[in-house]
Amino acid sequence: MKKRLAIALMIVLLAVTACAPQAAPTAAPTAVPPTTVPPTETAVPPTATAAPRTLTVFAAASLTGAFGDIGKAFEAANPGVAVTFNFAGSQALRTQIEQGATPDVFASADHKNMDPLVQENLVAAGGAKDFATNLLVVILPPGNPANVQTLSDLTRAGLKIDLADSSVPVGNYARQVLTNMSKDPTYGADYSDKVLANVVSNETDVKAVVSKVDLGEADAGIVYVTDAAAAPGLKSIPIPADYNVIAQYPIATLAASPNPDLASAFVDYVLSADGQAILNKWGFAPAGQ
Amino acid sequence: MPGWVFVLPSLVLVALIGLPLLALIWRSVSKDFFTFTFSAMALDALKLSLVTSVISVGLALVTGTPLAYILVHWKFPGKMLLDVLIDLPVVLPPSVAGIALLMAFGRVGIFGAWLNAIGVTIPFTTVAVVMAQTFVAAPFLVRSVKIGFAAIDPQQQEAARLEGANEWQVFRYIMVPLAGRAVLTGIIMTWTRALGEFGATILFAGNLEGKTQTMPLAIYIGFETSTQIAVVLSVMLLAVSMVFLALLRKFEAEN
Repeated sequence: MKKRLAIALMIVLLAVTACAPQAAPTAAPTAVPPTTVPPTETAVPPTATAAPRTLTVFAAASLTGAFGDIGKAFEAANPGVAVTFNFAGSQALRTQIEQGATPDVFASADHKNMDPLVQENLVAAGGAKDFATNLLVVILPPGNPANVQTLSDLTRAGLKIDLADSSVPVGNYARQVLTNMSKDPTYGADYSDKVLANVVSNETDVKAVVSKVDLGEADAGIVYVTDAAAAPGLKSIPIPADYNVIAQYPIATLAASPNPDLASAFVDYVLSADGQAILNKWGFAPAGQ
Repeated sequence: MPGWVFVLPSLVLVALIGLPLLALIWRSVSKDFFTFTFSAMALDALKLSLVTSVISVGLALVTGTPLAYILVHWKFPGKMLLDVLIDLPVVLPPSVAGIALLMAFGRVGIFGAWLNAIGVTIPFTTVAVVMAQTFVAAPFLVRSVKIGFAAIDPQQQEAARLEGANEWQVFRYIMVPLAGRAVLTGIIMTWTRALGEFGATILFAGNLEGKTQTMPLAIYIGFETSTQIAVVLSVMLLAVSMVFLALLRKFEAEN
C-alpha cells in the first residue's frame, strides 16, 4: 500500500511539474531589456588585486585564425582580461544565443544570422557593425588527384565536392555563386544543378569543409579565401569577381552581455587600425567593399 | 528502511529523464507539426536511420556473438588485449571513432588507399554510416552476450559434449538459447546506440540527405535552421524508439 502510494505520488508530481503553466515563449525569445553601461569606460586599468575578467566571444568558424590573434592582442593591451572563444558555424552560434546563451560579443559571417538577433532585441543598443568582408574560392586536395583545373571541371560526373550546409553562411554564399555562374552562358543554365549533383556532404561549418578536402576525401570544396590562405598547402581556383559573393561580417555586443564595457572595448578593437591590420593579415578585406 | 530512501533519489533520476522528454513533446505541438513530420528531410532521415541501424545490429549480431563465445571460452595469448580492444569504442568519444575510421578507410587512409585503387571509396556512402554505427555500437552486443554466455552452467555444456555434440552444436543449441535474454538486451543497447550515433557518422560518412543524413544529423542541422524542426524530428525519433523498445520488451517477456 505504502509503495503504491509512493509511486502514485511520483507520477502525480511529474505530471504536475510538466503541465505547470510556463512563461511559454514562442520560437523567438522575449525581448531582453538592454543593460545599462556602468560608469567606468573601456579598458580595465591594471590593478594587482583585480580579479581576472573573462570575455566570451562567439565567432564564425572562418574567424578562427584572425580572432585568435586579436584575442591575444586584446589580452596584451588589457591585463587581467582573458578572452575565450566559441568558434562554430554562425547559424549554430545564432541558435545558441536565441536559446539563452549569454556571450559578450557575436561576430557572424553573414547578416542572415545577425539581423534576426537585432530584430529580437538580443543585440545591445547600437546594433551590429560590419567589420570585414570575405570572398569565396574553390580549394583542392593535396596533389589534386582528380585534376580539377577550371571551374567548369566541377560539373564533371563522379567528382566529389564538399560544401557547407545551406544554413551555414559559406554554404549559402557558395550556392549563390553557383547561381550567379548559371546566369552566364559560358557555364550554362544547368551549371548549378550539375555542381550540386556532385556534392557528397553538407558540413556544419567551413573548417569541416577544409578538413575534408585537406584529408583528400573530397576532390574540391568551396570555402573562403581566408581559409585557403590559412591552408597554404592546398591549391585553389579563384572565383572571378563577376560571380563571387562579397561576404559581409557584422559584429555586435549582446544585450545580455555580463561585461558590456569590455564587450564594447573588444568591438572597438576589432574596428580599430590594429584589429583591421590583423584581419588583413589573415586575408580579410575591409568592410563596405 | 523507510520507503523514502528509495523513492527520493529515484525521483531525481526519473525527473531528469522524464521532464526533458515531456518538455520535448509539449513544445513540439504546433500547427507545423505534420508539415515537418512528413517533410522529405524528416522521412529520408528516419528511413535512413532505421535501415542503417537495423543493418548495424545484424552485423553486430553475426560478428559479435561468435567473438563473445571466443572471449568467454577460449584461452590464447593476447586475449586480454582483444578484450580491451572490443571495449574501447564504448569509452572513446564518437568523434575519435570518426577520425580513426577516416585514417583507416578514408580515400588516402591506410586501407582506404588500396580500396580506392580498385575503385572502392567508403566515405560519404551509406556503407560508411553502417560502419560508423557498428564501430560504436557492436561492443555493447559483445559485452552483453559475453555476460550471457559466462552465466551458462558449464555442466550443461559438459553434458552436451558427453552426448557427442561438437563445438558448433553446443554453441547453437545450448549457449545461444540459454543466453537469449542477454542477447536481447545486447540487441536493445546496440540498436539504440546505433540509432543515436552522430559524431563518427558526420566525420566519416558526411551529411547528405537521403544517403548519409541520419536522424541525429538531421536534428542537429535542423536545430541550426529552426528549433521547431529539430523539436519535431526529435519527437519522431522518440516515438519510433519507444515503439521498438516496447516491441522488444514484449518479445523478451513472452520468451
